[in-house]
Amino acid sequence: MNHTQPVIDTSPKVSDEIRKTTCYMCACRCGINVHMKEGKVAYIEGNRDHPVNKGVLCAKGSAGIMQVNAPSRLRSPLKRVGERGSGEFEEISWDEALEIASTRLAKVRADDPSKLAFFTGRDQSQSFTSFWAQGFGTPNYAAHGGFCSVNMAAAGIYTMGGAFWEFGQPDWDHTKMFMLFGVAEDHDSNPIKMGLGKLKKRGAKVVGVNPIRTGYNAVADEWVGITPGTDGLFITALIHELMKAGKIDLHYLAQYTNAPVLLDSDPASESFGLFLRDKDSKPLVIDLNSGKKVAFDKKGIKPDLNGSIRQAGITHTTVFHKMAETYMAPEHDAANVAEQCGISEETIRRLAAELAHVAFEQEISLPIEWTDFRGEKHTKMTGRPVSFHAMRGISAHANGFQTCRALHILQIILGSVEVPGGFRFKPPYPKSSEIHPKPHYGYAPNKPLDGPHLGFTHGPEDLALKEDGTAARIDKAFTWENPMSSHGLMHMVISNAHAGDPYKIDTLFMYMANMSWNSSMNTSGVMKMLTDKDENGDYVIPNIIYSDAYSSEMVSYADLVLPDATYLERHDCISLLDRPICEADGAADAIRWPVIEPDRDVRGFQSVLCDLGARLGLPNFTNEDGSQKFADYADYIVNHQRKPGIGPLAGFRGDGSDSGRGDVNPNQLDKYIENGGFFVEHINEDASYYKPWNMAYQEWAVKMGLFDAPSPYLFQLYVEPMRKFQLAAEGHGERQPPEHLRERVRETMNPLPVWSNSTDKDYPIHALTQRPMAMYHSWGTQNAWLRQIHGVNPLYVPTKIWEQNDFKDGDWAKVSSPHGEITVPVAHQAALNENTIWTWNAIGKRKGAWALDEKAPEATKGFLLNHIIHELMPAKGDGMRWANSDPITGQAAWFDLKVAIEKVEAPAECEPNIPAQKSPVGKGPKNLTWKVGA
Amino acid sequence: MTALPPKSDVKLGLVIDLDTCVGCHACVVSCKGWNTENYGAPLSDQDAYGENPSGTFLNRVHSYEVQPEQGAAQTIHFPKSCLHCEDAPCVTVCPTGASYKRAEDGIVLVNEDACIGCGLCAWACPYGARELDQAAGVMKKCTLCVDRIYNENLPEEDREPACVRTCPAGARHFGDLGDAESDVSKLVQERGGMDLMPELGTKPVNKYLPPRPKDQGNEIDILAPLLAPIATETSGFLGWLDRTLEKI
Amino acid sequence: MHPAPSVILFSVLSGLGFGMLAWLGIGKPPMTGMFAFVFFFIAYALSVGGLLSATFHLGNPKNSLKAFSQWRTSWLSREGCCAVAALMIMGIYAIGAIFFETHWVIIGGIGAILSIVTVFTTSMIYAQLKTVPRWNHWTTPVLFVSLSVFGGALMTGQVTVAMYGFVVVGLIQVIAWFTSDNRFASSGSTIETATGLGNIGKVRMFEPPHTGTNYLLKEMVYVIGRKHAAKLRLLAIILMVVIPVLMLGMGAQHGVKAIVAVFSHLVGVFASRWLFFAEAEHVVGLYYGKRG
Repeated sequence: MNHTQPVIDTSPKVSDEIRKTTCYMCACRCGINVHMKEGKVAYIEGNRDHPVNKGVLCAKGSAGIMQVNAPSRLRSPLKRVGERGSGEFEEISWDEALEIASTRLAKVRADDPSKLAFFTGRDQSQSFTSFWAQGFGTPNYAAHGGFCSVNMAAAGIYTMGGAFWEFGQPDWDHTKMFMLFGVAEDHDSNPIKMGLGKLKKRGAKVVGVNPIRTGYNAVADEWVGITPGTDGLFITALIHELMKAGKIDLHYLAQYTNAPVLLDSDPASESFGLFLRDKDSKPLVIDLNSGKKVAFDKKGIKPDLNGSIRQAGITHTTVFHKMAETYMAPEHDAANVAEQCGISEETIRRLAAELAHVAFEQEISLPIEWTDFRGEKHTKMTGRPVSFHAMRGISAHANGFQTCRALHILQIILGSVEVPGGFRFKPPYPKSSEIHPKPHYGYAPNKPLDGPHLGFTHGPEDLALKEDGTAARIDKAFTWENPMSSHGLMHMVISNAHAGDPYKIDTLFMYMANMSWNSSMNTSGVMKMLTDKDENGDYVIPNIIYSDAYSSEMVSYADLVLPDATYLERHDCISLLDRPICEADGAADAIRWPVIEPDRDVRGFQSVLCDLGARLGLPNFTNEDGSQKFADYADYIVNHQRKPGIGPLAGFRGDGSDSGRGDVNPNQLDKYIENGGFFVEHINEDASYYKPWNMAYQEWAVKMGLFDAPSPYLFQLYVEPMRKFQLAAEGHGERQPPEHLRERVRETMNPLPVWSNSTDKDYPIHALTQRPMAMYHSWGTQNAWLRQIHGVNPLYVPTKIWEQNDFKDGDWAKVSSPHGEITVPVAHQAALNENTIWTWNAIGKRKGAWALDEKAPEATKGFLLNHIIHELMPAKGDGMRWANSDPITGQAAWFDLKVAIEKVEAPAECEPNIPAQKSPVGKGPKNLTWKVGA
Repeated sequence: MTALPPKSDVKLGLVIDLDTCVGCHACVVSCKGWNTENYGAPLSDQDAYGENPSGTFLNRVHSYEVQPEQGAAQTIHFPKSCLHCEDAPCVTVCPTGASYKRAEDGIVLVNEDACIGCGLCAWACPYGARELDQAAGVMKKCTLCVDRIYNENLPEEDREPACVRTCPAGARHFGDLGDAESDVSKLVQERGGMDLMPELGTKPVNKYLPPRPKDQGNEIDILAPLLAPIATETSGFLGWLDRTLEKI
Repeated sequence: MHPAPSVILFSVLSGLGFGMLAWLGIGKPPMTGMFAFVFFFIAYALSVGGLLSATFHLGNPKNSLKAFSQWRTSWLSREGCCAVAALMIMGIYAIGAIFFETHWVIIGGIGAILSIVTVFTTSMIYAQLKTVPRWNHWTTPVLFVSLSVFGGALMTGQVTVAMYGFVVVGLIQVIAWFTSDNRFASSGSTIETATGLGNIGKVRMFEPPHTGTNYLLKEMVYVIGRKHAAKLRLLAIILMVVIPVLMLGMGAQHGVKAIVAVFSHLVGVFASRWLFFAEAEHVVGLYYGKRG
């Protein structure tokens, strides 16, 4: 019998045109090809040429078409007409909206600029928004880093001049053993997946250290189901085991770190624990060749890791000596930490042995010549092919900063940072914490701020304190409560503003931050603070301006809503001045541009700030004649110069051929579009590793404008600025911590990371959240495709707790913390730490938000753990309510949540059941049959 | 034509690496996007913003837990789409000839112009690879991106299924499993590629690469003997340090 | 499997209708004229009505004519062809009986055979499916055909045949139920073979691919409680077999008893057929951690 089959067209037309821009479905910032048909978005795929994703694209990215067409998109500026939180608005014109905003803000600026708190959430234009805030003159600006992962960033930068995530990456092509710490699976998501794929292809070993075995940990060759919050303990045990066995890279420690730097070791001394420095303030080491003390960077020296010197009656020994005292102590022995970590003693010892084996017995060597900062020439690049990466999990604890530091110490003693097979920085990192700015907070009416808001403190003198010792900033960043809070504390802003502590504000101005829902601790409490009225019947937080592209929960709490454009309708720059998209082998930046025009009366928020800045007469947003300086954000991107020759975009400067430094090029955006929406400048091979000490890299970085002069530095195993805070707490120096914080500062600001934790017997179970790979925060829910994948979020319960409570499929549980309780559906997971429960983050929605039906499963069976996490710790009887934050950086300690769980009758819906908000955009259509082309 | 074609030497299909899939759903949505815009009727969604959203997807990622006799449970992400079986029961049951297997490459397709939407092919498929689109009333299934893999309007490197092109971890491979020398056939050979529900005799073309053995570290690793201490306390360590530094 | 009302209605009514036609085709009862018309009308109403209701199950009925093309391979296509052939042949026979007061025996015989074959093809649509072990067995066609034949006997007043036949039907039904209860388990398909992960250990579903439902779950993963099913089985057998047999045994030629027998049987068959679908487990359920 003859086979017959239809003839089909196997070469249909794919699209009319491809427009290449940058994704914004999460923070990963992949390059995308937007296929257009008849002027509409038809299909989105990854851009093969792009440095971040090299053609691949995640579920969120591919679902972008459902986001730019989501019914939840705001359509017009909104003025509140009902009570706050109700969602009652009237649509107004942009003229009216900008008039309202500028009139109010002009008064604030003239009276007291600190009465404006301007905080941005998932902002990818922080160098721009902070520039605007500086021009306005308020000290109260930050983005979401404080509640996100400042511990990770700050620990990395203070310790080694760069961090994980988009600031660095494992050497995927050479590493032989990869250890991945922490829950969350979020940042840098496609590069990590691509990297894991490379490791799998080569058969390299992947070890996942994570209470939860999902996602990346599911493919890990070995899963270490650690108890949450004990990573630091586990890591210091690995350090202990490696040191005890002498499996450490002594050459690396001596040459590239402050391990040989001499410390004042006399407890009676005023400078106890500080570096011995020369007259140029350079830290000193003992040169093994001469036995004499010399500046650390002197050519040809061989720094002694165990040097000591007595000078002016004070004994000085090395940082490494101090490390030996600290980490050789028996408390760090595997046997003594195993139970608390939930990892067997044997496993800890074996993992230490495997790390040592791969690092030292499987050493790799690339035949690349290079010259170090001391002028010494090397004929090869030696590598220790063990690498590490960490996700939010290890950092969102009150001990997170020290845990992240401990992990860097582990990397460094193995000699596996910035070497082949190890961990590599991405430009503009590495960069010493010392050449970052310090915090600025000097404000005056109608004046710009005296410098950038955020930075790195190096001692009590850098704290943002007023003369009376109170906090200069509304979020109390850079105070004794959290001296190294480099990203601010966005999660404290509403609570502090409501309490009037440290002071009251007039206007809360926020961008893209769902603070009345999934981005706040104590969600129900925050909703109350936002709607609370004083004795006169006025709102305690008098004025709230909010910008968002979508009908989020936060929209309903604004007095004025400025509707933003979606990511395909706007200009953006992913700048080297900000969080760049570089790879270890090159510097890169990128743009977004309007591949479609908005069909609503909306404007890109940054363009609105250009307009508002001019209306307010901010000096950096007005020309000398008082006219508007930047017509819109695109104008700013092209024409703004931070320093002469350095602008938001590094590519195609001058006549289009300059990279890094160069004159303004009016055609720069066209050149980017021509090039696929991005720019990349590769690093020469001789500059590709050992970057902090490699002169070829240092010179390349100067040429690119990453810094102004070569700035080599040593890795800071011992962070001296922490010791300075500690010294103050011990009573030295002029600036002293308040008495109630003295003991805490002394205990927590340990210049070598050691682990600490608190326990609460009434709440024995750890509760965590992870972000599903197919969703980004609250955004995914409005996406018709993604919400089918994650429309509800059960609470996953490990076997032990499942059986103890006699749970069955379909059961519900009441979960309580010292702060409150929620009632939620449960599900069983065996591959889970036995004392941990968890759920997917930000699936739960408030009824009426995101243009969903009020009966949407996200609103009835989806839930947030946020309700039972408070921004303050429970009272301990000392009269204080301590912040639920890392005492060093102020990072929100989301993952310190401890709970109790019990089975309950299934309610109709999750509890608490928050009443609906009115949707300013109505509801989405019933059914979708999406096809753009014929 | 619901009779199966004569056996073809070319057997295009996917090889899915369960050792590498991180369960990110990238393939799911990329497939949804491409196939909504391309071959046949769009993949519709019902109650898209409502109480009970559902829609047509040609590829879905399941997640399983496997409990070995010893050691921790394992999580395995499991993408599943049409396996383009050699003995495809979904083809022979079709009353109209809409469901067919292509003679030249073995791809199983639905000719939507002939489909009556009876659903019998979906009943005949063990794998849940077919979904009746609720808006169009016709059966939808993975086409192996037949409108991409030969598409002369696409650059050559893009002539692969959308799910393969987008997979961030590289867990999906496309090729000719009829050619023993192809990359995919070699992968199957090296990694012990397996069939799903082989007992049903459908002879799937798509293969799954099983997860590599996990958590083996608890056994003694001959490569990395446990560390021998050079010292047990600080002074001993510093003594070792001095001796070692002299030698460097 | 989802017990879709359209499919249940179709298979029950058309089975009964074709059973009637088969008896009428062999001249039982040997009626002509208006009496014949009434019987043929009922038989056609049932069989054609059933077929029409089946089209409600189609997503895209406008292509229905194409369904006659694939009789070489497809039981569904064969069913369509046989049904049309049976109805046409029996139509000719009915014309003879109603208008010409004659029984064209050969035509009637062929029509009768086609009618039964039609029911057989219907049953084979289910019985062929390896994916539904409960159906994939000889009891499926035997049950369908015997129900059709003896139901047809009842409808055409073949009291004795129907009475003894229902006892046989009852036996077959019981055998069908009890032999099929373990068939999924013994089919060899498990979540381990479905995923290929059995050599690592015991497999369970952790997360479904989508938190919402989908076509596969709605169509092929129907869960019915075991106790509920047992009750329904008892009810079905009482209504379908026991009560009709009692009525027929008490001489239900005409009148109330006959009507009770017919309705009881019909409701019983509906219950049986509902269970036929509702209890049937599709192997795809394994992927969703649900066996059927």
